[in-house]
Amino acid sequence: MKTAFEIATAVKNGKQSAEAAVKESLSAIAGKDAKTGAFLEVYAEEALSRAREIDAKAKAGKPLGKLAGVPVATKDNILLEGHEFNCASKILSGYKAVYTATVLNKLQSEDAIIIGRTNMDEFAMGSSCENSAIKPTRNPANTDYVPGGSSGGSAAAVAAGMVPIALGSDTGGSIRQPASFCGVTGLKPTYGRVSRYGLVAFASSLDQIGPFASDARDCALALSALAGHDAQDSTSATEAVPDYLSGIKGGVKGMKIGLPKECFGEGLEAETGSLVQAAAKKLQALGAELVDISLPHTKYAVAVYYILASSEASSNLARFDGMRYGPGAKDAAGLTEAFEKARGAGFGPEVKRRIMLGTYALSSGYYDAYYAKAQKVRTLIKRDFDDAFKTVDLILTPTSPTPAFKFGEKMSDPLAMYLSDIYTIPCNLAGITGMSVPCGRTAAGLPVGLQLQSRAFGEPALFKAAFALEKAGALMEADAR
Amino acid sequence: MSVSEKDVRHIAKLARLALTDEEIKLYGGQLGAILEYIEQLNSLDTASVPPTAHTLGMENVLRSDEPRPCVKREAIIANFPQREFDLLKVKKVIE
Repeated sequence: MKTAFEIATAVKNGKQSAEAAVKESLSAIAGKDAKTGAFLEVYAEEALSRAREIDAKAKAGKPLGKLAGVPVATKDNILLEGHEFNCASKILSGYKAVYTATVLNKLQSEDAIIIGRTNMDEFAMGSSCENSAIKPTRNPANTDYVPGGSSGGSAAAVAAGMVPIALGSDTGGSIRQPASFCGVTGLKPTYGRVSRYGLVAFASSLDQIGPFASDARDCALALSALAGHDAQDSTSATEAVPDYLSGIKGGVKGMKIGLPKECFGEGLEAETGSLVQAAAKKLQALGAELVDISLPHTKYAVAVYYILASSEASSNLARFDGMRYGPGAKDAAGLTEAFEKARGAGFGPEVKRRIMLGTYALSSGYYDAYYAKAQKVRTLIKRDFDDAFKTVDLILTPTSPTPAFKFGEKMSDPLAMYLSDIYTIPCNLAGITGMSVPCGRTAAGLPVGLQLQSRAFGEPALFKAAFALEKAGALMEADAR
Repeated sequence: MSVSEKDVRHIAKLARLALTDEEIKLYGGQLGAILEYIEQLNSLDTASVPPTAHTLGMENVLRSDEPRPCVKREAIIANFPQREFDLLKVKKVIE
């Protein structure tokens, strides 16, 4: 499949129609998605009619947006008015969105075409898509393996070449980890960089929407359409949006890249570690300076995250009471029982587990020991990054300690599942930006990703390094041929 | 470490979750294991560390008080699981 950049350029130059781009995407979905299971719903007719509108606009000589004719998939927790959205949960079965998320309005105003919604872990809680109440999604690299999560459907859709760009949401790694498992590029923008109006809230101090794409340039292009302040989201940042594409070819010469020792030790699978190290050496060969650094509080990040994210989730998910939408409880004796039955039957095991954990952490007598304590350790984790960025421009780590795992492998042990986000979680806690970039495959053919992190609003440096790495990789592959 | 059945039932009540006996047992054990993992935070002295609730450091975001269109009424009503005319029907609130 062509990249978004190539499609938009071709549509703007009249070399390709938006309709042809949409048809190509629809036929890829028809051919591949029975095996992958990335999509929950495809808006074929609507996408085609929107494409014809864009083609008519082009014919009339009207200016086209920066994503002209680009098919985009969205995650099942980002709302598009009039369409059903479930967050892959039974509790939202039948719910139709009553307004459109700002990010989807922005994509459409740049003439992108929303082609369907993708599978996810229920309410974005999970690292494998196995927590979807609707169906499994399989890793396009090997269908015996999970695609990662929670945005596993979006990652798989891009990896299988069904769409050039897909949206995900990332609270503790839900874009970067599936990007690494599926072998695509995934960006978690700085907290507040992208509006969350219309994203179903999971953990409000951590959630961020971002793109999946096949390369760094498409990620930069997507972010240039998504970023910016939104009056509908009071937590969105007012910082000016730079031109993410203009400096992308600047190279890494003189860039200082920190390798935290805490992310290359115990728990890191050997093959993953050596692929990530090899990519770091590649950046060094391109002129970057590698610096050994320390983020001493890294080992506390997962504990902090599961207190804060679960607490915020227990509060955010209180709104799902079965009263105003969803199936509700038909046979309850009173109001309280109606809430309990609707929620007990509507939420899946992982969501209930996190609501329980969060409710426990916030309950009378435990608040200081858990929630307040975690917020203080969050400060220490943020300070680690503040200190590191005094001496380095970027921080490079593996995205996840292992490549994709098999179905069922971690379902009975929640803690083991949580630890697959150990390298991505600190970035959300510190509110900075992180990106997963493919860096090769294991001997068994499973993709491995590395994570680049930059200070808040440092996305341009991420794109520059990722672009340089892609070019170096392509050159090395060409040499090998 | 395991969270007692009494505590699990209490938390489920606070969270408005009807759980089966099997779920009560399962969550008691799993929450215990997660809380035990979380215990490691107590090895850090945080007496003089301020909490971080939000990383952007913004405060008091105000908007102008102007009338503007709201979400479509019909679309909201169409989602009601139970209704009478255009009204949302719920269980009796006061016994």
